[in-house]
Amino acid sequence: MSDILSLIIRRLAFGLLTMLIVSFLIFFALELLPGDLAHAVLGQMATEETVAAIRKQLGLDVPAIIRYFYWLEGAVHGDFGKSLINKADVGHAIFGRLANSFFLAGFAALFAIPLAVSLGVAAALFRDTLFDKAINVASLTAVSVPEFLLGYILVLFFAVWAHVFPPMADIKDHAEFGERVYRSFLPAMTLVLVVTPHMMRMTRAAIINLLASPYIEMARLKGTPPWRVIVWHALPNALAPIINVVTLNLAYLITGVVLVEVVFVYPGIGQLLVDSVAKRDFPIVQACCLIFAATFIVLNIAADVGSIMTNPRLMHPK
Amino acid sequence: MSDFVSGDFLVEFIALICLATGWYIYRGEKGSWAIAVLLAAATAVTWFGAGKDGIHTLGVIVVLMSVAIMVCHALRWLLVRLAPLSFAQTFRSAPLTALFGFLVIGACLLMVIFAPYMAPFSESEVVSAAYAPADSTYWLGTDQLGRDMFSRIVFGGRHSILLSLTATVVAFSLGMFAGLFAAIRGGIIDQLLGRLADVFMSVPALILALLLLSILGTNLAVLVGVVAAIYVPRIFRLTRSVAFGVVVTDFVEASRVRGEGDWYIIRREILPNTAAPLIAEFGLEFCYVFLLIAGLSFLGLGIQPPMADWGSMVRENAVLISFGEITPLIPAMAIALLTVGVNFIVDWMLKITAGLKDNS
Repeated sequence: MSDILSLIIRRLAFGLLTMLIVSFLIFFALELLPGDLAHAVLGQMATEETVAAIRKQLGLDVPAIIRYFYWLEGAVHGDFGKSLINKADVGHAIFGRLANSFFLAGFAALFAIPLAVSLGVAAALFRDTLFDKAINVASLTAVSVPEFLLGYILVLFFAVWAHVFPPMADIKDHAEFGERVYRSFLPAMTLVLVVTPHMMRMTRAAIINLLASPYIEMARLKGTPPWRVIVWHALPNALAPIINVVTLNLAYLITGVVLVEVVFVYPGIGQLLVDSVAKRDFPIVQACCLIFAATFIVLNIAADVGSIMTNPRLMHPK
Repeated sequence: MSDFVSGDFLVEFIALICLATGWYIYRGEKGSWAIAVLLAAATAVTWFGAGKDGIHTLGVIVVLMSVAIMVCHALRWLLVRLAPLSFAQTFRSAPLTALFGFLVIGACLLMVIFAPYMAPFSESEVVSAAYAPADSTYWLGTDQLGRDMFSRIVFGGRHSILLSLTATVVAFSLGMFAGLFAAIRGGIIDQLLGRLADVFMSVPALILALLLLSILGTNLAVLVGVVAAIYVPRIFRLTRSVAFGVVVTDFVEASRVRGEGDWYIIRREILPNTAAPLIAEFGLEFCYVFLLIAGLSFLGLGIQPPMADWGSMVRENAVLISFGEITPLIPAMAIALLTVGVNFIVDWMLKITAGLKDNS
């Protein structure tokens, strides 16, 4: 048991280190700006005095490395400084939207995971039949389709032609749960279509990988029905790779969220990020990137820890 | 487009015939019942979801798919007869999806090369009122400023494809050589490059692109540089792992003992033995780069107006969708078509190389 514990602790420590380096990169990327932040805020026509004043106001007279530590300390407490455009508190602007984005991603995951795993198992079960081929073609197609096309197709079908769901997901701050689900249904389904094919293909590959093992051969030879071979003998051993696949694809949801939120005008953090990039509001861009990267890293660690915990060889050491 | 889709029962009739024939052809094959169930489910969902318009569209899709299947069959027949013997055998066993990929890529290449001759108007010329409907002059209507949609799709394809290709080639040459180098040298260089790649890969591609583009601004050179830089670590990782399998073999050991340099080993021993997976990987990375650039352009941060581009065209004309028009979706479908085509070929290539491994 201590083996697993030390493995997990080592993995967590490595994740923390990665997080630190990534935050360093995100902060110092700003130093790539031609000129510096004060020039970027004021534009080309600024006089020397105003540049100096803005510099002082933004705290740019302090060396970058010291500013980094102040920024990091604030970020840990949820304080990301003030917006360059409207001077509002960044943390305040982000957290409400963050909850919306997590709601959307969670909603999508709730549908995508069972669908992907069962389709993947079915494709492995009916390997090399027409069903498998059709699923292969369909999933390859879905993988190749840009997220915004999937979104607009759903809008066309279910909002414009059928009037079943609203084309825009403009959720008010105090919307009730049912209202929230109804309005975010189309964006969530788009995300399901975005992540399911990846997950499904990897689930299928994970199971098929195992089908060549001797214990599967044994189960077959003793006359176990094919579905039982897969569900009873292959699936528990494929659990580690599948958990890996599922969490990695949840991380993939993050990228999907940005585009889907823009398509549906959903008030989430992805939309905020895109707006701020266009307005060059760097504190918000940095904060959003840090949050996205942190989620991504946490999910990656979860994937590793999950596959360690479900590995039968590690769970039952000799 | 809407005339074509609505009020015309011929379409459904053809669709039904196609469905029935398809079902008949595959009647004997295992798993076809599942297809039938899925198709029925799709039809039912569309019927209850999108009503008549939806069913019409579904009919059109089925007809287009049947035509595509027939054309692919014909293409395979032609290729098997025209190609030299060694290739003919490969083509004979090629799945229809791979042929479809070749068809799409061929069409795209023609479009990239002959864009100025194919497009009736220039990409930035305002030729009519905004959102003019499709007719015989403006084949797909006009966009939000009154520019010809068809011409913009042709030129947009040229820009999107050339830009993605450049970024992929840059990323691939850097990532591949770093990967090969790390695999050969091993040790501290390998470890260092590996950790560096880990850090860069722990930020999602789109997020990293948004961060860098917000700081560096959006012009074409920056866009290519940023996108290439994002994909270098991914290609490095893959090349390293593929090359590592070859580095440990006896023939590499033998050439080392013979006193050959790194460059010779890369060129004569490792590259020939890793070519197939690397070419497949190039196709795959091209898809990712293409989709990333399309996504960025869609968000307004990629290729800038007045240059046409498939991603930004979707966003500019998205208003039309709420009127039930599908013209804004045509560039998006073109993106999907090209990536699907490349993916199909990659899938086929991977299957071939996997098959070779199994036999040896």
